[in-house]
Amino acid sequence: MPLTFYGKTFASRLLIGTALYPSPTIMQSAIRASAAEIVTVSLRREAAGGKTGDAFWNLIRELDVTVLPNTAGCRSVREAVTTAKLARELFGTSWIKLEVIADNDTLQPDVVGLVEAASILIKDGFEVFPYCTEDLSVAMRLVDAGCKVVMPWAAPIGSARGIINPDALKLLRDRLPDVSLVVDAGLGAPSHAARALELGYDAVLLNTAIARAADPVAMAKAFRAGVEAGRTAFEAGLMEARDFASPSTPVVGTPFWHAVS
Amino acid sequence: MYQSSTSPRGQSPISIIGAGVAGAWHALLLAQSGRAVTLHERSDATMTQSTSYWAGGMLAPWCEAESTEPVIVRLGLRSLTLWRDYFPDTPFNGSLVVAHARDRADFERFARLTSGYRRLDAQGVSEIEPSLDGRFREGLFYPDEGHVEPRKILGELHARIRALGGSIEFNSAVEPDQLDGTVIDCRGLAARQAQGELRGVKGELILIESDEVELSRPVRLVHPRFPLYIIPRGGGRFMLGATSLETESAGVSVRSALELLGAAYAVHPAFAEARILEFGSGLRPAFPDNLPRIAIKNGKIAVNGLYRHGFLLAPALAELTLGYVERGTIDNEVMQCA
Repeated sequence: MPLTFYGKTFASRLLIGTALYPSPTIMQSAIRASAAEIVTVSLRREAAGGKTGDAFWNLIRELDVTVLPNTAGCRSVREAVTTAKLARELFGTSWIKLEVIADNDTLQPDVVGLVEAASILIKDGFEVFPYCTEDLSVAMRLVDAGCKVVMPWAAPIGSARGIINPDALKLLRDRLPDVSLVVDAGLGAPSHAARALELGYDAVLLNTAIARAADPVAMAKAFRAGVEAGRTAFEAGLMEARDFASPSTPVVGTPFWHAVS
Repeated sequence: MYQSSTSPRGQSPISIIGAGVAGAWHALLLAQSGRAVTLHERSDATMTQSTSYWAGGMLAPWCEAESTEPVIVRLGLRSLTLWRDYFPDTPFNGSLVVAHARDRADFERFARLTSGYRRLDAQGVSEIEPSLDGRFREGLFYPDEGHVEPRKILGELHARIRALGGSIEFNSAVEPDQLDGTVIDCRGLAARQAQGELRGVKGELILIESDEVELSRPVRLVHPRFPLYIIPRGGGRFMLGATSLETESAGVSVRSALELLGAAYAVHPAFAEARILEFGSGLRPAFPDNLPRIAIKNGKIAVNGLYRHGFLLAPALAELTLGYVERGTIDNEVMQCA
């Protein structure tokens, strides 16, 4: 079953950001190598519209990918809503990755403000991709507000720690089977991305781990492989972990004491 | 030391457009080799419109390896020699890289991607920069790096060019096609019409003055979101820089000012009492790969895309251009011939 966001389908389950690369050329090569079909673009700093940022925006346009603008760095509901509206004008899309940040230091999402901003934007016709914590109650409120996609973090933005609360992410997956779930932020290694897909998440979104690698293009390939491995494993059906060894060759009837000499 | 050539070779005169660091080094080396050089600059002699005016002026090829390709390091190392040869007073006190304890991962990443440093413990940091005593548990010291004060050195470059018989025409906005003979276009972003791939990357800086903090060398703070350098300018003045924004708007945003000043305050709380002297911004000319190019077409030579590395790359690029003009030497990594 292909990945679906608000009625659009995609083959790639990897979404990547466009910030922090050593150069636009390397960004383009990394995005191509990742096979990502959706890229996030920060409105505030990369594409302020008009003449400013035009050159950079053109380099993104050349990639022929779907753009998911984000409200990175917004601290209040009003700021996030305003930024989302600007993004809709500039990028000509009703998609918005919604971030409302509670704390500048940790970039912890303000989940209360997030739900409020999501409600406002959805009533205004936006298709919202909210960046949230792994808390089930928050995710349910977002879904109630009309979000068809929910994007919980794996760990704080840029921390590269991977999934620090897999039980909560699993619970989200179990309780929200019809929502597209994306693990966003905190992934540092392709194995982290694979783990998210193994848990049944529909996709992952990341930036720093690729952009700041010594070789971003090679790392983009590695994440592509990790995402594909995780998704394939999920579809194949992972075996359950057990408390004890369970030999793959039957041992019933084997006179085991003969092995002891 | 280089001696001025005593035998002008009577070859065609050379016009250079742009008296920023790239154009000035080109004029210097060509005048030195006996060419009749005219340098055209659209702004006046204060050079306040030039990106070079707002540069940090760090000569730090080893540190730059963190985010650039090997060609920058190669050219940068050659430039260090040229700076030393032509401007023996250039300070080469090295540079210091530090990070707060919680950003250790970024600090280690910086160490992993660079070379040419010595690791310092807290005492080592304190020994080379006593003002930072007790502020950082460790540092990376790049002993062979230097820095110049752009505004001062631009004036010295211009004086040197004149002393070698070159002329500088300020308030002279010209296009390469308007000039005969060999033309070297060093206009930076102003050459955008001719070089469509160029884009401007905004860098914002703040000049402050403090009589409480003393630094002997540029200090870089590694941080996941707010990287900062602090360059001592003498007389208690410090240049704080630099943001790197994909925008061509002018001026310094409140957010950037908060970030730069906040990061400086975190390096040393005494900066809270420093006086703000100037805010400013420049647009760094960059190609999509953020690497410099010398493009040669019909006797016109365009040197551009120096990006964040104007002072680091200008001497080496000027030397490559000189090699082409004098001997037809092509550098395959940097030059593009039509």
